[in-house]
Amino acid sequence: MSQSINDYWYPVGLLSGIDASRGTLLLGVDITVGRTGGAFWVKDAAGNALPTVKRFGHLWTCPGTPSGDLFTIPEADTPGRQLVDVGSVRVKCSPLRAVENFLNIAHFPFVHTDILGAEPHTEVERYNVDIREEVNEVWATKVKFFQPQAAKSAEGGITTEYMYRVASPTCAVLYKTCPPRPGEWDVITLFVQPLNEEWCEVWPWMALYDDDSTMAEMVSFQQLIFMQDRSILENQIPTKLPLDPGMEAPTQADLTSVAYRRWLKKIGYFYGAQLVAA
Amino acid sequence: MILYDYVLSASCYKVRLMAALLGQPLTLRAVNFHPAREHKSPAMLTLNPNGTLPVLQDGDAILTESVDILRYLTADVPAWRGEDDRWLALAADLNNSLGMARLHDILQFDVDIDAARAAGVKQLRKLEAHLTDQRFDGRIFLAGDRPTIADIACFPNTALAPDGGVSLDTYPSIRLWMRAIRSLPGFIEMPGIHRLHELEVAQ
Repeated sequence: MSQSINDYWYPVGLLSGIDASRGTLLLGVDITVGRTGGAFWVKDAAGNALPTVKRFGHLWTCPGTPSGDLFTIPEADTPGRQLVDVGSVRVKCSPLRAVENFLNIAHFPFVHTDILGAEPHTEVERYNVDIREEVNEVWATKVKFFQPQAAKSAEGGITTEYMYRVASPTCAVLYKTCPPRPGEWDVITLFVQPLNEEWCEVWPWMALYDDDSTMAEMVSFQQLIFMQDRSILENQIPTKLPLDPGMEAPTQADLTSVAYRRWLKKIGYFYGAQLVAA
Repeated sequence: MILYDYVLSASCYKVRLMAALLGQPLTLRAVNFHPAREHKSPAMLTLNPNGTLPVLQDGDAILTESVDILRYLTADVPAWRGEDDRWLALAADLNNSLGMARLHDILQFDVDIDAARAAGVKQLRKLEAHLTDQRFDGRIFLAGDRPTIADIACFPNTALAPDGGVSLDTYPSIRLWMRAIRSLPGFIEMPGIHRLHELEVAQ
C-alpha cells in the first residue's frame, strides 16, 4: 500500500531563522511555524500541534502520521564540518521538478557555465543508478563530471565524483568529492517544502570541509548556483513532473531522473506529478 | 577597492558590472544578507549605519549608494558620463518596484506584490518608449550612442524583472538594449542574467 503524502516529513524552517511565528503552506494547507522560548512548534489551521523533528539545521513536520523517523545523513555528522544554513528561495515550480533538476548533471555546462561545468566538457559518462528496496531510496553512484570550479574551496578545474541519493520524495542529498580532503565527501542537500503542487520553498543545506571560506562565501556560492537554476525551473513545461513517457524523452544522461520518476510511481507519490502522457 | 557584496543583490551587481566594464579590480567581501541578515550586524552598521548594501570602501572613502558608487568609479572616465539624471531617477524607481517584487518572490519580503508589479510595468513602459525613440534616431543606449552609468544603473532590475513575476516579452526595445549591454566587452553575468552565447555567422 502506498504511503499518503501527509505521512512524510517536510522542512518548514531554519532553526536559526525561526522567531515568534510565521504562516506558511504545506501541501496546499495553511500551517503556522513558530518558537516559544526554546521550543519549536508547528500547528495546523485548527491550532492542533503537528509532530516535529529538529535535524540538519531545519525544523521538520509531518501533517499526517509519520510512517517512520526522518532519514539521517551519517556522513554529515563527522567532526570538523562547516554546517551551512543556506536559507530558502521560493520557486514557482513543482516540488518534484526542483528535486529532479538537482539530480541532473547534464545542464551544468549550460546553466552553471564556468562553475559546475564548461563547454566542450559536456559528456555525462555512464554511471550506476539503483532503487534500493531495503531503504526505499534512489541512489546514483560513480557519477563523474569535469568542473571548472566545483566548490568555493576548489582551485581550478577538477573531475568531480558524485553520489546522488533521493532520501524522500522531496529531499535529495548529494555527496561530492571534497577538494581539500580527498577521501571524504562534502554533503550538499536540497530539502523542498511543497507549498502546493506548482510552488515550493527550497531549503538547501550543506555540511562541508572548508577551512578557508567564510560562512557568507559558502552561502553566497550555493545561492548563486541555485538562483541560476530558478529561471530554468520556472519555465519548464509541463509544470508538473510527467511520470509517463510523453513529451519528454529521456536520454542516457537522464538515468537518475528516470529512476526517480519510476520510484515516485512505485511508491505512489503523485503530488506535483502529471500522470497522463502529455 | 573593497566591495561588501551580496551575490543576489541587483544593486551590488550594478557595482560589480561597472567595475568589470572599466577593468577596475574589486576585492569582494561576501555578506550573508539572506538568511543571516549580516548587513544589519554591528560590524556592518559601523561601516554603513543605514544597514544597506552595497558598500564600497576605497581607503578612507566609504560609499553606500549605488549611483554614488557608479559616479565614483567613472569620475575620471568622461565617456561613461552623460545627461543621465533622469535615467538615474528611473533606476531608483525600478529598484523600488521591480526590485521589491523580486525580493518578495524569491526571499519572501513583505511587499504589496500587485502594487509593486503594477508600478514596475509603468516604469518598463516609460523605458520602452524612450528606447524606441532612441532606436528611431539610430541609437541603442539610454543617453546616446554609447553606454553611460545610467544604462548600468537601470539594467539589473529590468533584466531581473521575470524573477519578480513580470515578463519582458512585450518590450522589444528593452530586449535589444539589454542585448547591447550584454554584448559590451568585459560584461559579467549574475544569477538570472545570462551571458550571450557566442554567435557564429553561418558559412
